[in-house]
Amino acid sequence: MNDVKNISKNINLKAALSVAAGALFGTSVVTALGSQAKEADEWQFESAFLVYSEKDRVSATEAIIAGSKTFDNDEVLNLKLTIDALTGASANGAIVQPLAQTFTRPSGNGQYVTPAGETPLDDTFKDTRVQINGQWTQPLSESITGSVGGHLSKEYDYLSLGVNGNLAYDFNRNNSTISMGLSYFQDTFTPEGGIPKPLSPMLIGDSSSPDWNAEFAKTRISDSEDKSTTDMLVGFTQVINRRMITAFNYSYSMVDGYLTDPFKVVSVLKADGIAQEYIYENRPGSRVKQSAFMQAKYHFDASFLNTVADVSYRYMWDDWAINSHTLDTRFTIPVGATSYIEPHIRYYQQSAADFFQPYVIDKLAHTHFVSADYRIGEMTAVTVGAKYGVLLNDGNELSFRFEYYRQMPTDSGFVDVIGLNSLHLYPVVEAVIAQVSYSF
Amino acid sequence: MKAKLFPLNKLSFKKSLQRFKRLAKLAVLTVALANLSACSSLGVEPWERDLLAKKEMALTASPIDAALDDHIYFSKEASSGGKSFGGGGCGCN
Repeated sequence: MNDVKNISKNINLKAALSVAAGALFGTSVVTALGSQAKEADEWQFESAFLVYSEKDRVSATEAIIAGSKTFDNDEVLNLKLTIDALTGASANGAIVQPLAQTFTRPSGNGQYVTPAGETPLDDTFKDTRVQINGQWTQPLSESITGSVGGHLSKEYDYLSLGVNGNLAYDFNRNNSTISMGLSYFQDTFTPEGGIPKPLSPMLIGDSSSPDWNAEFAKTRISDSEDKSTTDMLVGFTQVINRRMITAFNYSYSMVDGYLTDPFKVVSVLKADGIAQEYIYENRPGSRVKQSAFMQAKYHFDASFLNTVADVSYRYMWDDWAINSHTLDTRFTIPVGATSYIEPHIRYYQQSAADFFQPYVIDKLAHTHFVSADYRIGEMTAVTVGAKYGVLLNDGNELSFRFEYYRQMPTDSGFVDVIGLNSLHLYPVVEAVIAQVSYSF
Repeated sequence: MKAKLFPLNKLSFKKSLQRFKRLAKLAVLTVALANLSACSSLGVEPWERDLLAKKEMALTASPIDAALDDHIYFSKEASSGGKSFGGGGCGCN
């Protein structure tokens, strides 16, 4: 009885979502309602809820629901809704000091104090983001498939709009595929408190004083800034044999506009190592990234438990002197007839941008680009985790994923003239990722 | 004498460089063609796709996991994309 109830509840949920998706896409709701059961069979949904939590820092919760529907002539419509919420503290770029440090909030409204010996974290990070993606894929001829898509992401202080198009050509009895893709994003950043003037010192003082607003405004250049991203991707996929498939991609990405993080500062230290002020970071107005990606999947036989191995490697390089290596490995091991366990290991290593510095000594010597954001500094990061999935009686799949992520920033050869504790210059960041997924 | 030799050497160097470039191009073309013809001998017949057709053998077996991971690493590291578009999309980086 319960099962019947569950199944009917399931169908109702699916039907409701199908109607919602139909309404969103503009297909007739009346038709959808009229043939609820049929419609419910055609839409496939995947949903997930994820928590990402850093020790003492940022926490994010993210929910995704994605639906796909295949039409009569093999056209596929994919729709995806993502909602995430971010809370907690994020490193502001300044370094640890033996004294308490006071910083002005990015909005200019009030200050926060970092105790002596602690990494300065800005605890004003709170944001909710809604993202909608749509993708339409269809065969254009016997061997060519085309796809177009759109993207919209909105946060309180950020708007991102994007479009993409792809073409894929299958040949060699569909064992080889060449694909080409283009995407374009236009982003607008409107942070509360405006965009800070690069390299200007952070104003610190009594934010309730009458001339505070006028003084704070002097450290701002505008209310909003834009950024555009153009990506090109060329891919080649090759089936090797009954058990193995490989993929190779090359991508070229141009980012232009405001690439600075308006919330990040750089400590300006006196010769004794004590911060005399904090200047807003400044990054170049363009970045060209390239990457080479390769992946192999192999289906082992029964002597290896029918495990599927997924190994990929990416080499990325850019004109900020950052290059990175990413090695990602997953093994999907069947457990019984209806479940599987999937261990995952990811190794990541990046070099620093040429303008990265944990701190500066003489502000005047740095009239150009500088950032102390550890995310563009040298680092190694490791992710280890596992996923457990189970196929339910009704054909739906439920899975759980748990991972540990550790970032270990390292010294890229920065000449630390003051001789600070390297643990203070390059603090480790630890996070856990927990996810529940359900596809129906 | 020396002055005369130098431009000659320069010229022959240029020539050999051009020859080398031509050879390199030919080599690349040969390797590419060899690869393509090698590829045509790779692969399976339609009736041998039983394992490749399984969901876990798809290049992106779980698009949802991939999307979530991309978002995390995009906002925490200096690299993005490669497998698919790196893109913009959020104010997290």
